[in-house]
Amino acid sequence: MQQHLKSFVRGAIVPVVVLLVWEACARTGLVSPIVLPAPSAVAAKWWEALLSGELVHDSIASLYRVVVGFVAGAALALPLGLTMGSSPRLYGLFNPMLQLLRPIPPIAYIPLAILWFGLGNPPSVFLIAIGAFFPVLMNTISGVRHVDGIYLRAARNLGVGRLALFTRVMLPAATPYILTGVRIGIGTAFIVVIVSEMIAVNDGLGYRILEAREFMWSDKIIAGMITIGLLGLALDSAMNALNNHLLRWHRGLEH
Amino acid sequence: MQNPQIVVSDVQKVFRTQERDVVALKDINLTIKQGEFVCLLGPSGCGKSTLLNAIAGFSLPSSGSIQVDGQAVTAPGPERGMVFQEYALFPWMTVAQNVAFGLEVKGMSKGAMAERVDSLLDKLHLKDFRNRFPKDLSGGMRQRVAIARVLAMDSPIMLMDEPFGALDALTRRNLQDELLRIWAEFGKTIIFVTHSIEESIYLADRIVVMTYRPGTVKRDHRVAIPRHRDPSCAEFNELKRELGSLVMEEQQRHAAAEMKLAAVD
Repeated sequence: MQQHLKSFVRGAIVPVVVLLVWEACARTGLVSPIVLPAPSAVAAKWWEALLSGELVHDSIASLYRVVVGFVAGAALALPLGLTMGSSPRLYGLFNPMLQLLRPIPPIAYIPLAILWFGLGNPPSVFLIAIGAFFPVLMNTISGVRHVDGIYLRAARNLGVGRLALFTRVMLPAATPYILTGVRIGIGTAFIVVIVSEMIAVNDGLGYRILEAREFMWSDKIIAGMITIGLLGLALDSAMNALNNHLLRWHRGLEH
Repeated sequence: MQNPQIVVSDVQKVFRTQERDVVALKDINLTIKQGEFVCLLGPSGCGKSTLLNAIAGFSLPSSGSIQVDGQAVTAPGPERGMVFQEYALFPWMTVAQNVAFGLEVKGMSKGAMAERVDSLLDKLHLKDFRNRFPKDLSGGMRQRVAIARVLAMDSPIMLMDEPFGALDALTRRNLQDELLRIWAEFGKTIIFVTHSIEESIYLADRIVVMTYRPGTVKRDHRVAIPRHRDPSCAEFNELKRELGSLVMEEQQRHAAAEMKLAAVD
């Protein structure tokens, strides 16, 4: 307990010092509040946005797009990755095209996304789906390819049929890789959602910080950025917990 | 005289590599009766695992045939359960799920399955570990689970590929005794690959000593020492000496061949 407290205090030193220096700079008028508002002003703005419900509304809007886009991308990537990983023929068929498309950043699809889907949620979800698709796909393929042959031999010896071999042996054996892909995919989705909200929609955290820029509300911009950080952290922690649960059998997690 | 259960006739296995062909098995003829405990003994590279894999159906012979109960072996199947040296348990399944898996894919009813799994876990002293994952078990425990998994399938034949090779001496003896108990109780036919002379004498009805490349049968020896065998008794040691010199001849050929290969490289 004492140890915990000690490390907490040690970890808090740098942020507290930074905040104090920042606050001092702003109060003394060393920098203009438009360039860098005081942390106390940011906190006040954040609190205000929270109470007004705007923050909650924007967070939910952003999160909704991340979830729908990610699920759409992963739902395509997972079965494709499983079949490509297990069939060299399909791999040979699809891989060249995918390798060509993969380096194109989702952001580069923005003009097409607007042409195809207009404004609102659809282009945003489309961009996020593309962002999530490739990490999940590539990791699923390598997960399936790295399944230890001994499991397949043991399963065949037990008389396991093709379908069960796929769902009960190859899929779980590949989960560590797949989950790594999911985690990277969610990270990408989170980046893409903020960018996409800056162009095609009129709510969400990305939209809100861009809107604040129009009025030079720097305190609101920073409050929005901090919310993005907190949301990302929460998403990653949730993912981490899921990971630990699904991989509780995995050797790598031994303490 | 009982009909033989496993008939290996004129089996030959050639592995083709880019540089050369390696004859792993040559002119293997063996007949094994139901309930027999046979050890395949020899240095590494003598083809004993290759022969076991051929009987298991993982890697079919280049020529010749293997028949089990009159049927030619063409693929792996649960009537020839395999215990691997590296355990090959499914790490994402608990002990009980591993043992039940083969029954589950066979479509056995939940009740019958639970009953059989329980009784096997009980028999192999795994009851307290039924909900553990393999990573939490010692090597000896894991191999017990692998044995239970094969027993669950009720395979008449158990194929074992150096199953105790990675275990310490005490655990090994312990599992050998357990295996003999299981063999006596369930009346399985066991083909057991090992390079330990002592292990083969301790376990087998019959020891098939194999030669280093090409793998042929050098000696087919029936062990006459009554069970339960005492490794310190005179007969045991005499046989150990005798088989030991046979195996060492092959080991020396193995070493010489490796030296020659290294010189060529």
